[in-house]
Amino acid sequence: MSSPTLPPSESFKFSMLLSDTRYRGMSLQVITFIIFMAVFFWLVDNTIKNLALLDKDVSFNFLWLRAGYDINQRLIPYTSDSTHGMAALVGILNTLLVAFVGCIIATVLGLFVGILRLSKNWIVAKLMSAYIEGFRNVPVLLWIVMVFALLTEFTPAPRAFKGAEPEATMLFFESIAITNRGTYFPAPVLVEGAYWLLLCFGLSIVASIYFIRYANKQKKDTGKSLPTFWISVAVIIFPTLILFFAMGQPVSLEYPYLKGFNFKDGIHLRNSFLALTLALAFYTSAFIAEIVRAGIMAVSKGQTEAAASLGLRPNKIMSLIILPQALRIIVPPLISNYLNLTKNSSLAIAVGYMDVRGTLGGITLNQTGRELESMLLLMGFYLAVSLLISSFINYFNRSFQIVVR
Amino acid sequence: MTNIAFVRKKEIPPSAPPITEVGLIGWLRQNLFSSWLNSILTVLSVYFIVIILWDFIPWAYGGHWNTKSLRECLDLDPDVACFSVLTARWKQLLFGLYPAEEYWRPTLTFIFLLLAIVPILFPKFFRFFWFSIIYPGLAVWLLWGGSFWSISIVYIGLTLGALFFLTLIRRYLKNYMIAAILAFLFTAVFFLFISNPVVGLLNVILPITLPFVESLKMGGFTLSLIVGVTGIVASFPIGILLALGRQSNLPVIKMICVGFIEFIRGVPLITLLFVASVLLNYFLPPGTNFDIVLRVVIMVTLFSAAYMAEVIRGGLAGLPLGQHEASASLGLTYWQSQRLIIMPQALKISIPGIVNTFIGLFKDTTLVSIISLRDPVGLASTIRADQKWNGIYWELYVAIGLMFFIFCWGMSQYSQYLERKLKTDK
Repeated sequence: MSSPTLPPSESFKFSMLLSDTRYRGMSLQVITFIIFMAVFFWLVDNTIKNLALLDKDVSFNFLWLRAGYDINQRLIPYTSDSTHGMAALVGILNTLLVAFVGCIIATVLGLFVGILRLSKNWIVAKLMSAYIEGFRNVPVLLWIVMVFALLTEFTPAPRAFKGAEPEATMLFFESIAITNRGTYFPAPVLVEGAYWLLLCFGLSIVASIYFIRYANKQKKDTGKSLPTFWISVAVIIFPTLILFFAMGQPVSLEYPYLKGFNFKDGIHLRNSFLALTLALAFYTSAFIAEIVRAGIMAVSKGQTEAAASLGLRPNKIMSLIILPQALRIIVPPLISNYLNLTKNSSLAIAVGYMDVRGTLGGITLNQTGRELESMLLLMGFYLAVSLLISSFINYFNRSFQIVVR
Repeated sequence: MTNIAFVRKKEIPPSAPPITEVGLIGWLRQNLFSSWLNSILTVLSVYFIVIILWDFIPWAYGGHWNTKSLRECLDLDPDVACFSVLTARWKQLLFGLYPAEEYWRPTLTFIFLLLAIVPILFPKFFRFFWFSIIYPGLAVWLLWGGSFWSISIVYIGLTLGALFFLTLIRRYLKNYMIAAILAFLFTAVFFLFISNPVVGLLNVILPITLPFVESLKMGGFTLSLIVGVTGIVASFPIGILLALGRQSNLPVIKMICVGFIEFIRGVPLITLLFVASVLLNYFLPPGTNFDIVLRVVIMVTLFSAAYMAEVIRGGLAGLPLGQHEASASLGLTYWQSQRLIIMPQALKISIPGIVNTFIGLFKDTTLVSIISLRDPVGLASTIRADQKWNGIYWELYVAIGLMFFIFCWGMSQYSQYLERKLKTDK
């Protein structure tokens, strides 16, 4: 008979704090915490001393002072008499605009390139991998300045459109002018009754959403599938179109026209905006293409074969079997690429686009000398955007993860 | 009666496949014209390629290499490339403002770099690993100059510290942590009190010095490589530690790591570089002013370390839990199991992500042009501001882009090679 024996109880020794696994973790944490706090207070102390030396204080009052500089692209009313806070807001909106448009273009291009890269067509696949490798392996800053150079140097000046036999002509029935000062589009002008049209359009979209739900339910219940896509397109387009003509075309286009040495009216997209957005979109699309390709390839071949043996046609296999499974893999890195695009938009300074780094972290910082406060706000903005997006990714992962066991 | 039943005695030789299925035609049919959609795509692609090459080849092939200015190029033939800007300024693009009579130093550093990475890349040459270890010091000495001894003393100090640690462990102490603390104190004492007199003495006895070159003179691809390579080398171990810290079950360490990673990943690199160039003076004791290249390197390193940590965390999460449990049940300590069981597998899974982070870091070195350091992209604008080359674009951009492409593409090819080599399952 052997009875379990307790190990002889040791008396606590100081060295056990470092050697005994029961206490080691705790003492390690305490040491780390002390060092961390010491470094932190050292930095804060230095900052206070430095600020005192420079006769500065920390205050965010500068946000309510007159900015005194112009911003050539703005989405909200802003003049040089507006405050620095307004300037920052204009910058934030400009950043978000580039990010939004850039993400859409990048997604479309990326999907297109990624799927074509998997094509069985040898030359197309090679061309697409050249596109991907080309954009992925050259710094995005270089792409931005290159696209900017392309837009400013190789497009005609507005005065080239002048005269009886102009050197340059406008595209698409005299509606779009690409010049070295930017691209001019026709602008829609809403006259009376146009709001009914918008309302009708909104209602059609709601109706098509309900129709798609109905069709999905129908498919689940009976197994019959309706031509969902075409019907919903028709539901969205036709009522609005009919109303448009019935009401006597309440929306007209305002075409840009040449006046003096520049174009007037229409929507003016500056080259800085175009260059930044396009370059970021091209660059990011290369990454998205790889993500799409990896996502599709990650769906095991057995799935395709099983679907084929059930008698599904290739396009049905893609839309019903492969894409739903691939999306689960594609979406999280896709969103983190959107985040990268947003952060890369801070390179706007290279082409003189006034994003939040150009206004708040650029001119405002230089004019007021409030480096600390401006950088804090700037970082706070980017951090907020990124935390928002990463919490969305986490939400997506939680709700779409395959539940194993 | 003759037997009318016919039994073939000899096998018919297989007939050749139809001409449309093999050879060039078969390949074309299968790969380019398998359906009408594919045929359209093929024709479009060929058209696209032809158009690009039609413009590009005459432009590049007929380019001028030996004119004095862009004006002269345009006078000769405005439709071809003017590569003379590269002939005139290639030294600047490679070395920045580095003194011309010292160009051999960055060149030698670069050659040594190639030699130093061979043992790391190809295990066949692992016996030359000692060179990779002395390379960083050698590179710093060659690039910045100064006394040879003030660099070597760092190595001497660290070696002595390591020897001290090993002796303690082998002879006197069992506890690693106490030994590490003692060895750290020993090394600190060495650097604080002993190293300076020793260096002074050595400088008197045997002065080996190179002329000092200040950081602001570094530029061009030399600068990109300095920032890129240092960042890559330093961010890897830091990234591993951060990833482990994030997985750790010690809450304080975990919180610090998570906070650091999320903060760095949440802000653009430019803002961090601005902090390095503008704000850092606020955070340091009044009057300190340390090297701008070093500040940039630190920021770039921290930036990519955070990304690296996330990549490695992905690799760690990809390992089955059984691996941790098995290694613990074998009685391995935390560090042993990380070193022998977990990390080799986790790193193998995350090779593509790690190399992507390296590539991203190397490309991000161009951002230093925004805080007015002279990297190739920054130099391109300087060159274009020159009266002689005002208005030149593509020649410069294509050349710079090509250099970056070669490095980045090389890295991604190596990562694919490594993945194939390390693949143990079929």
